[in-house]
Amino acid sequence: MTATVESEGDLLEEAARRADSRRGFLIALPSYVYLMIFFVVPFGIVFVYSFATRSSTGRTILEDFNLNSYSRLFDPVVARIATRSLTLAVVTTVLCLMMSYPFAYYIVSRGTSVRNALLILVMIPFWSNFLVRTYAWRVLLGSDGPISQISQALGGGEVRVLFTTTAVLIGLVYGYLPFMVLPLYASLERMDWQLVEGARDLYASGWTAFRRITLPLSMPGVVAGSILVFIPTLGAYVTPALLGGARTTLLGDYIVGQFLGARNWPYGSALSVGVMAVMLAAAVAYFRVGAKTA
Amino acid sequence: MREPAVALSGVSKHFGDVAAVAGIDLDIPDGGFFSLLGPSGCGKTTTLRMIAGFEFPTTGSIRIKGVEVGLEPPNRRPVNTVFQSYALFPHMTVEANVAFGLQMKKVGSAEAAQRVARALDMVQLGGRAGARPAQLSGGQQQRVALARALVNEPAVLLLDEPLGALDLKLRQAMQVELKELQERVGITFLYVTHDQEEALTMSDRIGVMNEGRLLQVGDPQSIYEHPTSRFVADFIGDINLLPATVIDRETVELMGGSKAGAITGEPSGSKVTVAIRPERFELFDPDETIPAGSNRIDGTVARRTYYGDVFYYDVDTPAGRVEAKEENRPGVELYGHGDPCVVVWSPEATTVVRG
Repeated sequence: MTATVESEGDLLEEAARRADSRRGFLIALPSYVYLMIFFVVPFGIVFVYSFATRSSTGRTILEDFNLNSYSRLFDPVVARIATRSLTLAVVTTVLCLMMSYPFAYYIVSRGTSVRNALLILVMIPFWSNFLVRTYAWRVLLGSDGPISQISQALGGGEVRVLFTTTAVLIGLVYGYLPFMVLPLYASLERMDWQLVEGARDLYASGWTAFRRITLPLSMPGVVAGSILVFIPTLGAYVTPALLGGARTTLLGDYIVGQFLGARNWPYGSALSVGVMAVMLAAAVAYFRVGAKTA
Repeated sequence: MREPAVALSGVSKHFGDVAAVAGIDLDIPDGGFFSLLGPSGCGKTTTLRMIAGFEFPTTGSIRIKGVEVGLEPPNRRPVNTVFQSYALFPHMTVEANVAFGLQMKKVGSAEAAQRVARALDMVQLGGRAGARPAQLSGGQQQRVALARALVNEPAVLLLDEPLGALDLKLRQAMQVELKELQERVGITFLYVTHDQEEALTMSDRIGVMNEGRLLQVGDPQSIYEHPTSRFVADFIGDINLLPATVIDRETVELMGGSKAGAITGEPSGSKVTVAIRPERFELFDPDETIPAGSNRIDGTVARRTYYGDVFYYDVDTPAGRVEAKEENRPGVELYGHGDPCVVVWSPEATTVVRG
């Protein structure tokens, strides 16, 4: 008798779960449709193109599927460009992290009103176009720009930064800093500061308490922020195109060059798929590490 | 006399214009269970935090075992704290939590492991060393917090309302356990609470605080039986507070003109408040003979409330409405609404407080 009652209860619960998941699907449906049209389908096209062949006139021949474009990914040229991009992305991520952590910590330590004001300041750059803001750096860093002028007025030499890797780095750090600050802020804001008092009470110095308690507990923010900065900088195009020099080709430029300049859509597609695979692998690995420490 | 575990003299703490603690002098004897009792916002937690080193006093001196610690950071004080929210490190195992303090003090790993194991056994959590705090119940987390603090053998263990988050049954069990633990380890416990029952059942001594001041310090019985102020009388337990006028050293006059024996110590004619516990009252029939030397006042029963083990009577008398508590003994005589009765109590149970 009891067994039947229990199984009836189970059936009811099961039905409620199914109804829940149906409702969940309906709510998510617009997002599904959006992602299908603007992400899955275009990516499918890129994926298919990466196996196609380029005709001598630059047309893409879809009938002849092969792995030729993928074999070119192992070119020394690609390795050089990829290493350069990877280094730049890592350096950008590390710089953003080093600048954002103290800042996020500072924001969290303020009262509510100051805190909100600082957060709005972090988000203000998003109110203007990324392209415009990057152009502004061109003016600032130019050899006749304000920085160079101040240097000269102070008796220093002309500052030649524009069109170098340094300029690209400055532009990238500037552009992606908020993406690091916000997740760090979110994870520090959730932090239970009594835990730090607990550590201090157990004879930890301020620095040790930070290293043993605050830092490990804010790891989810560090991981999220690093991914949000690392992935877009690895494939960055606009910033290097505007601030970088001709000799500092990065993955973004290189891929765009294949589509627009060399008219080799299959090779460009294969490069895109390759970069995405690396990014995915990096993100998964990073999340795993983050999940372990947090 | 042994040196006090903690000695506060002239300690105050101001937050802006607000004096959270307004000048406290207090010696906490070594090796006992001392409670700071008071309503929320009375300054008891601030006092505890100043002893722990999380706040620094605006004025005054704090000595722990004779050593001035005024501006030392918490990590350089020989005290440990059990926090109200336990503050267990969520990313570490129970074992790592308990070992944290020893690790910071650079205790050798073999000795540390031994002491951690002993501390966990002491709180009956030897089997959960590898668990994360989130996997434990509230009561177990509480025990980990205790073990984590006690493993360091502090000069004083500071406890900030540690039972507040537990349910009633568990809280009562933990009260007994905490007291037994304190007696076993012999470490001075300084316990902050707003719960008078907790303070009465566990403490060797209690300090009652209100509005940043220490009003009375004494053992639980003297605090309960002989409050020296209206606030202490009212805050601890149920009590009848009756306005009265002092006649002489042994007599007061209640409202309505009846006289009652009391120990006053106040000058004749001064307006005072007489405080009498409900359980000190006894009800008699109007024609019954009452014990010689007792105070008496005639009244009418307004309401009887049944609590199982006791009855509460509200009795209207010329001195005001009083509350009497009678045990539910077999054969006890019950009075009902409107019954005339005599309220009887002894002069020793009549505490006179100012105001």
